[in-house]
Amino acid sequence: MTDPRWEAVIGLEVHAQLATRSKMFCSCPATYLGAPPNTNVCEVCLGLPGVLPVINRRAVELAVKAALALGCRIARHTRFDRKNYFYPDLPKGYQISQYELPIGREGRLEVGGRTVRITRVHLEEDTGKLLHAGDALETAGESLVDLNRAGVPLMEIVSEPDLTSAEEARDYAVTLREILRAIGASEADMEKGQLRAEANVSVRPRGSTRLGVKTELKNLNSFRFLQRAVEHEIRRQIELLESGGVVVQETRGWSEAEQRTFSQRTKEYAQDYRYFPEPDLPPLELDPAWVERLQASLPELPPARRRRLMEQYGLPEFDAGQLTLEAATADLFEATVAAGAPPKQAANWIIGSRPNLPAEHLAELIRLVVEGTINREQGLQVLEEAQASGRPPGVLVRERGLAQVSDEAALAEVIERVLVDNPQAVADVRAGRPQAIGALLGQVRRATGGRANMKLATEMLRRRLGS
Amino acid sequence: MIEREEPRIGAFLRVTEDLARAQAAEADRRLASGEGVTPLTGIPLAIKDVICVKEVETTAGSKILSGFRPPYDATVVARLREAGGVFLGMTNCDEFAMGSSTENSAYHPTRNPHDPSRVPGGSSGGSAAAVASGEAVYALGTDTGGSIRQPAALCGVVGMKPTYGRVSRHGLIAFASSLDQIGPFTTGVRDAALVLQALSGPDPRDATSADRPVDVLSELEAGVAGLRLGVPREYFQVEGMEPGVKATVERALLVLERAGAELVEVSLPHTDYGLAAYYIIAPAECSSNLARFDSVRYGLRVEGDNLLETYLRTRRRGFGPEVRRRVMLGTYALSAGYYDAYYLKAQKVRTLIAGDFEQAFLHCDAIVSATSPVVAFPLGAKLGDPLAMYLNDVLTLGGNLAGLPGVSVPCGLSEGLPVGLQILAPQWKDATALRVARAYEVARD
Amino acid sequence: MLTAEEVRHVAMLARLGLEPGEEEFYAGQLSAILAHIDRLRELDTEAIPPTAQAVPLQARLREDEPRPGLSQEQALTNAPEAREGYFVVGAIQEAEP
Repeated sequence: MTDPRWEAVIGLEVHAQLATRSKMFCSCPATYLGAPPNTNVCEVCLGLPGVLPVINRRAVELAVKAALALGCRIARHTRFDRKNYFYPDLPKGYQISQYELPIGREGRLEVGGRTVRITRVHLEEDTGKLLHAGDALETAGESLVDLNRAGVPLMEIVSEPDLTSAEEARDYAVTLREILRAIGASEADMEKGQLRAEANVSVRPRGSTRLGVKTELKNLNSFRFLQRAVEHEIRRQIELLESGGVVVQETRGWSEAEQRTFSQRTKEYAQDYRYFPEPDLPPLELDPAWVERLQASLPELPPARRRRLMEQYGLPEFDAGQLTLEAATADLFEATVAAGAPPKQAANWIIGSRPNLPAEHLAELIRLVVEGTINREQGLQVLEEAQASGRPPGVLVRERGLAQVSDEAALAEVIERVLVDNPQAVADVRAGRPQAIGALLGQVRRATGGRANMKLATEMLRRRLGS
Repeated sequence: MIEREEPRIGAFLRVTEDLARAQAAEADRRLASGEGVTPLTGIPLAIKDVICVKEVETTAGSKILSGFRPPYDATVVARLREAGGVFLGMTNCDEFAMGSSTENSAYHPTRNPHDPSRVPGGSSGGSAAAVASGEAVYALGTDTGGSIRQPAALCGVVGMKPTYGRVSRHGLIAFASSLDQIGPFTTGVRDAALVLQALSGPDPRDATSADRPVDVLSELEAGVAGLRLGVPREYFQVEGMEPGVKATVERALLVLERAGAELVEVSLPHTDYGLAAYYIIAPAECSSNLARFDSVRYGLRVEGDNLLETYLRTRRRGFGPEVRRRVMLGTYALSAGYYDAYYLKAQKVRTLIAGDFEQAFLHCDAIVSATSPVVAFPLGAKLGDPLAMYLNDVLTLGGNLAGLPGVSVPCGLSEGLPVGLQILAPQWKDATALRVARAYEVARD
Repeated sequence: MLTAEEVRHVAMLARLGLEPGEEEFYAGQLSAILAHIDRLRELDTEAIPPTAQAVPLQARLREDEPRPGLSQEQALTNAPEAREGYFVVGAIQEAEP
C-alpha cells in the first residue's frame, strides 16, 4: 500500500461504551441490546421537561483508568459541556460531553513499535437510534426513533494524525481494544457497537509537512471495514489528486457491498455546536489520591505483557500475542508455568485448546503428556473430561486406565501378534516399501485400544523388521 | 373561593378539583388518626405551571406543551404530597417563566387582585395572585431573575427565593438552569419559612442541590436587634425607580431601625451591569434548555414536508414572541465568533457582581431594598418594549446571579398599590433573610 | 447591531421558523437589547475568572446501580406520533451531525 509519491495522514476517533451497569446520567440499565424499543428509558434519558443529569461514578472511574492506561495527564478540574444540535436521536437537543476540560490529555499508544499520540480522552453520553424505511436516510418518508441507547456512557479517544497506513490504523484500533478490555473499561465488542471508529484521512506528497484536505470516514463497525475503508479512501484521494482533482472536506461512509467509500452529504447546514458549560452539573474535581489509587489498580497492559512473556519465557511473538488477547488467558498461562509446565508446551496447549480448568490441573495434564504417560490424543480426551468433571487429570488417567502401554514386554507380545496376522504388510516392508509400516502401527494402536506408546512401538517394530 | 375569585383574577390555568378532593379526604384521614401529620397536612396550595405534577397537565404557560402530562412528580411536589398537601391546580405564568407581568402566558393574562386592570407581576403572577386573592393558602413559584419576589411585591404577599441549591430543581421545567430556584408564596413570613423547610434538602436527582442542614425556623423570631442591615446606595438610584416606592421602602427601613437593626450604607458598584449580564446568561441557557421541544417525544407538532420544516413550524407556532426573542438572543450569544464577547464576558461580569455582594456582606448581615422599582402597572403598558419590561428585574436579578436567598415582604402602599421590601442574605443564610422579614412584619403590625 | 441576515442564521440554528418580515422586526428588537448589553464592554474583565455557577458546589456522583425506568406506554404517552413502540418523525433531509 505504500505509494512512492504520496503519504497518508490518518487520525482516529474511537468511541467506546464504558462497562457500567447503568447509564451515564440516569439509572436506566446500560445494557440495551435486544430490548424492545423505548423500554430502557426514563424521564431523564427521554429528555422530558424538568429533568436533570447526575453523573455515574463508575463511568468516571473507568474513563480515568482508560486515560491512565493510555498515559494521559489526568485533569484535576474537569467539567461537562453542552454540545447543541438538533437531531431526532438526541432527546434534549444537546449532548452532554466534555469540550474544554476533558478527563485525560496528551497520552500515547505504542502500535507496532511506533508511538501514536493521544490528543484527549473524554466522557459523553450516547444518542438513541434511528430506523429508516429501507435504511436509506435520504429517501425514507419517515424515521422511527428508539431511545434505549440514549444516555449510555461513552468514552471518546482521539488520536493525533500520527497514523500513516490503513494497516496501522487497524492495529491502533486493535491495540486500543486490547487495553480497554484488559482494564475492564469497556467490553469493546465492535459487533455490538461497543467500539466505534471514525477516521480522518488525508494524503500529501511524500516528504511534505503540510496537511492535505481531510475526509471523515464514519460507521466503520469492524476492524476489517476500518482497514478497507481507509485503504480505499487513501487510494481514492491519490487518484483524485493525480487526475488533477481536489479532495472535498466531507463525511464519507463505507459500503462493504460495493467496496468503496461514498459521500454522506445530504443537506448540510453549517454546524455551530455552541458549546457552553453544562449548568446542571457542578464542576467535577478528580481527587489526586483517588486517581493514584486507580493508577495502582491498573493491571499490566497487553503490549507490556506481550513483551514480558517473550523475554521471560522465550515465547515467539505469535504465541505472546495470542496469549495476551485476553488478560485471563495470559493469567492462565503464567499460572500453568508456575505450576510446573514447560512454557512452550503450556502456550501450545492454551492457544490450541483454549482450556478452561485450573492451572494446576492443566500443568499436571501437560506433564503427563510430556513425560509420555499418555499420548497427545489421550491428553485431549483427558482435558475434556477434566473440564467437564473438574477432577484432576492424574486421577482421571489412573481411573480410566488410560496410561500408555510403555511396557516393552507387553508391547512385544502385541507386535508379534500383529506380524502374524498381517503377513502381506510384513512382506511389503521387507521388500523395501517402508510405508507399509504405518499399516502395522495402526494395528498395534487398535490392539491396545489407543493406549500404546506409539513412539516406543515404532522403534520396536523397526528393530524387529530390521528396516 | 376559587370559583368566586377566578373569573376576576385568572390565577389558574387548570384547577385539579378531583385531585384536591382526594388529597383533602386523605388529609382528613391523617388528621383523624394523627398519623403522618405535618404542618402542611390538609393545607391547600397552588403550583406554578412550570413544576411537573405526575399525570396533571403541565405546560409552562406554553402552547408547545399543551396537553403534556408528565409521568413523574417534581421533587418538591413529591415532598408536598408526602406532607399531605392538597393540590388546587396549576397557576398561570409567563411562558417558560420568561417575563415580569404574566402577560406572556400563551393562555390568558392574570389580573392583580388589588386592581384587576393591572398586572400581578411575573413570571409567577398566577401563584402570587392566587395567594393574594385567598384562592390558595400558599403557592409554589420559581425565581430566575425575580419571578417570585417581584410578583409577591406587586400583589402584596410574601415571596421567597432560596439560596441556589437549597431546593431541588428536579421536575422544574428549566428556564435558566444556573439561576432557577423554586420557592413559596404565602401571606405571612412564618408560613413561608414552614413551606421552605418542607421543600428544602438534598435530592439525589439534582446534582446542584446541596447537602446542607436546613433549619429556617429556629431563629425566625429572634428579631433584628444587633443585626446590621446594608442599604445599597445604587439600589435606590436605579433607572425608573418610582418616588412613591422609594419613600415607602425608606419608611420600612426606619421601622427596622426602630426594631433594633443598625442600618449601614453599602455599595454594589456593578449594579448597572447586572441586567446586561443577566440578559446574556439567562437567554443562553434557555436557548439550550428549550431545544428539547422538538415535537418528537411530546408537545405540539406542526407537520412540515420534512423534519426540518416540522421543527421550524412547530417552534414557530409553539413559542410566543418573548420566548423566541430570548432563544434567538441566547443562540446568538453562544454562537461561533460571539461566545467570548457575550457569553464569556457575561460570566466574568457575574463574578464581579457576586464579588460585590461578598464585599457588602463583610459589613452587614443582610441587604435591604425595594423588590421592584415600580408598583403594578396596567396590563399592556410594557408589552411592546422588552427592555422596559426587563428593567422591572434590576433589583432582584443580582440575587440570582450571586445565588443568594431573598425574601420580599409587603411594606405598604404607593398610589394605593402594594410595595415590597426585599431582604437579601449571604448564601445559605436563608434563615437570616426570613428572620429580618419576620421582624419587619412584627414591627409593622 | 444584528442584521436581518444574522437573525435568519440564528433562527435557523435555533430551529425557529420566521414569517416574512420577521427578520427585520427581530433585528430591530434584538439590536436594542444588545445596545444595552454592550455596556459590558466598559468593564475590564481581562483578569476576572468566569462564573458558571454562583454557589460553589462539588459534583455529587451517583452509584452505578441500575433501576427500572418508565414503561414503553409511559414513554410514548405524550408523543405526537408513535407506532410499534417507536416515536415516528418525518423525512430527515439533514446530515447526521
